[in-house]
Amino acid sequence: MKILITLIPLFPLFGFLFLGAGFRSLPRRIVSVTGPGTILASFLLTLILFFDFQRNGIPQIHLIFNWLTVGPLAIGFEFLTDPLSLLMMLIVTGVGFLIHWYSVGYMKDDPGYNRFFAHMNLFVFFMLLLVMGANYLIMFIGWEGVGLCSYLLIGFWFRNQDYNNAAKKAFIMNRIGDLGFLLGMFLLFTTFGSLNFREIFEKATPMEAGEPVMVAITLLLFIGAVGKSAQIPLYTWLPDAMAGPTPVSALIHAATMVTAGVYMVARSNILYVLSPVTQIVMGSVALATAIFAASIALFQNDIKKILAYSTISQLGYMFAALSVGAFTGAMFHLTTHAFFKALLFLGAGSVIHALGGEQDIRKMGGLRKNMPATWWTFLIATLAISGIPPLSGFFSKDEILIHALDHSAWMWFILFIGALMTAFYMFRLLWLTFFGAFRGTDDQRHHLHESPGVMTVPLILLAILTAFGGFMNIPGIFGGNSLLAQFLAPVFAGSKYHPMPVTGISHATEWMIMGITLVAVIAVIAWSYHHFVKREKGFLPDQVHRNFLVNLISQKYYVDELYELIIVKPLLWLSTILHRIIEVGFIDRIVNSFGNLVIRTGNTLRFIQTGNVGFYMFIMILGIILMLFLNILI
Amino acid sequence: MTTMTAIPIDYYLIFCSILFCTGVIGVLIKRNALVILMSIELMINSINLLLAAFAAYTNDPAGQIFVFFIMVVAAAEVAIGLAIIVLIYRTTHSIDIHVLNKLKW
Repeated sequence: MKILITLIPLFPLFGFLFLGAGFRSLPRRIVSVTGPGTILASFLLTLILFFDFQRNGIPQIHLIFNWLTVGPLAIGFEFLTDPLSLLMMLIVTGVGFLIHWYSVGYMKDDPGYNRFFAHMNLFVFFMLLLVMGANYLIMFIGWEGVGLCSYLLIGFWFRNQDYNNAAKKAFIMNRIGDLGFLLGMFLLFTTFGSLNFREIFEKATPMEAGEPVMVAITLLLFIGAVGKSAQIPLYTWLPDAMAGPTPVSALIHAATMVTAGVYMVARSNILYVLSPVTQIVMGSVALATAIFAASIALFQNDIKKILAYSTISQLGYMFAALSVGAFTGAMFHLTTHAFFKALLFLGAGSVIHALGGEQDIRKMGGLRKNMPATWWTFLIATLAISGIPPLSGFFSKDEILIHALDHSAWMWFILFIGALMTAFYMFRLLWLTFFGAFRGTDDQRHHLHESPGVMTVPLILLAILTAFGGFMNIPGIFGGNSLLAQFLAPVFAGSKYHPMPVTGISHATEWMIMGITLVAVIAVIAWSYHHFVKREKGFLPDQVHRNFLVNLISQKYYVDELYELIIVKPLLWLSTILHRIIEVGFIDRIVNSFGNLVIRTGNTLRFIQTGNVGFYMFIMILGIILMLFLNILI
Repeated sequence: MTTMTAIPIDYYLIFCSILFCTGVIGVLIKRNALVILMSIELMINSINLLLAAFAAYTNDPAGQIFVFFIMVVAAAEVAIGLAIIVLIYRTTHSIDIHVLNKLKW
């Protein structure tokens, strides 16, 4: 069993080493097999592990080797198998494999084919470390590693300076969060004397809620989650991260890496329920992000940017669920979101592929007939994210909404508005892309084609998961027995505040809420159909007259410009000043004066070289005599 | 061995030191490159002699064998030295080392 667990992350690592070592010379056929193959192997092993766990389900810590032993700090390289990590492992390897498979078709003509798969495999390795680690340090290795891979893959087409800047932006913003995570880890160690999950949670369980140290720890860890999971105020890297190839956006910036923050909070649930302050902060940030990002998505025109803002917004939903203690709801939404958002991104990739790189939805249209497989799968994913039953998004979003209502009506209302916005921008995307007349160039129209099977088969498999993924956690109101909640229950059992099942809300209210949401969403969809398809609006160029609010939103609230003004500019200014005074005037002068000293000494001493051989010999003999004397003296 | 015991080792030491110092002084005061080379040879041979003397004194033949090696090396070195002096003479028409002062700062 231990070997099996060790092999799960090792397969992608070996894949990376193999592909990375021979990344120019390997023939494409071998890369096409190795790249997805290693992930498939990991997935199969994870399945074996999962079914084994189902039979004798005891969470276990597997110590691979003793890693660090310094004084009281003893950290083992240890992996944890419990329901939460198994769920994440299944998502990472399963969805990861489908995306790798799809990439074989999508990246076919790219000169960096081998490099792409090497980096993708490395990403899966680090992501597995993140979710499998049994202490915060292993998690942190994965946490940093996925950030690195994200950087490498956003800047995959590194000849474009804009893409490089996007990569740097993502990396730097993540570093701000990582600093929080690191400080949180230090504080955890000084408080509990360990970084091991089990030891920390055991010591934390009897603590009283609201202790300052717990507030500090959870807030610092949450800063890490804010950076990694693109919440306000550190979200601006994610839309820019769309510079990477589309499968990267699907795997890293939708399905797995950005959900690491959610996983981390869910993993640390025992700590978070001890700190009401953090939960309020987290809830506020989550609600603001959910609605803010959704509103930006309303007026974006880049197909991938819309999906990126949608991802930010959906992550806000997950954090909202975490903040009210609905950990299962968050993990459920994380799972279904991984399915449908990966599907949406891959579908968008298929569209972009067919249009030869076009990403502006105003220049698409009518693709329904030319790309049936993409259209049907995209429709399923759009319905799922909008929350139409019985697709997966309905169940997970409904669970979050119910828990929000249980917490406060305002919270529910904001998330409800967010859900309506989600339906609107997703259907706007759908109508503009697949309905109406084609608005691209004649050349593009000529080349319109459905993607090859290697791309559509993963789409169809993901569509099946999207359609039926919700059935893994049917709530009691539908006569289901919340399988996922039961599966995850042991992980969240230690939390003092754990509202499962919902207590404060009757079934009648629940039905009513569901009905209201559903009717409103369908109304929004109908209106958007009327607006975008019947009246053919929404694909006008930018210069059309717009009122102030629309303009503000379509410019993304000028947040990037604001950050530029209040952070980047002053920082550059300060750097320039420091460069002039400290660097040039001080450090450079010290270093240069050493150099000058050497030059001057050399200039003086070189006159010893008279060129007179007799003199040289005299000096030599004098030296030898001196040495002999010294030898005698000493 | 009987003859060696007749002459004390001190005599060899003093004699070799005189030879060696003669060589050193020759190197220092002579201007003729050929003579300097000869002085160096004198120094080498004084050392050789000392080595042989010590070898006999300690009854260890290794020292005497080393003398042969050193003589071979010295012969090769002299060949090179002489070749250089010949070349110097061809270019400068002199073997006075004070002429050779072009290589400086």
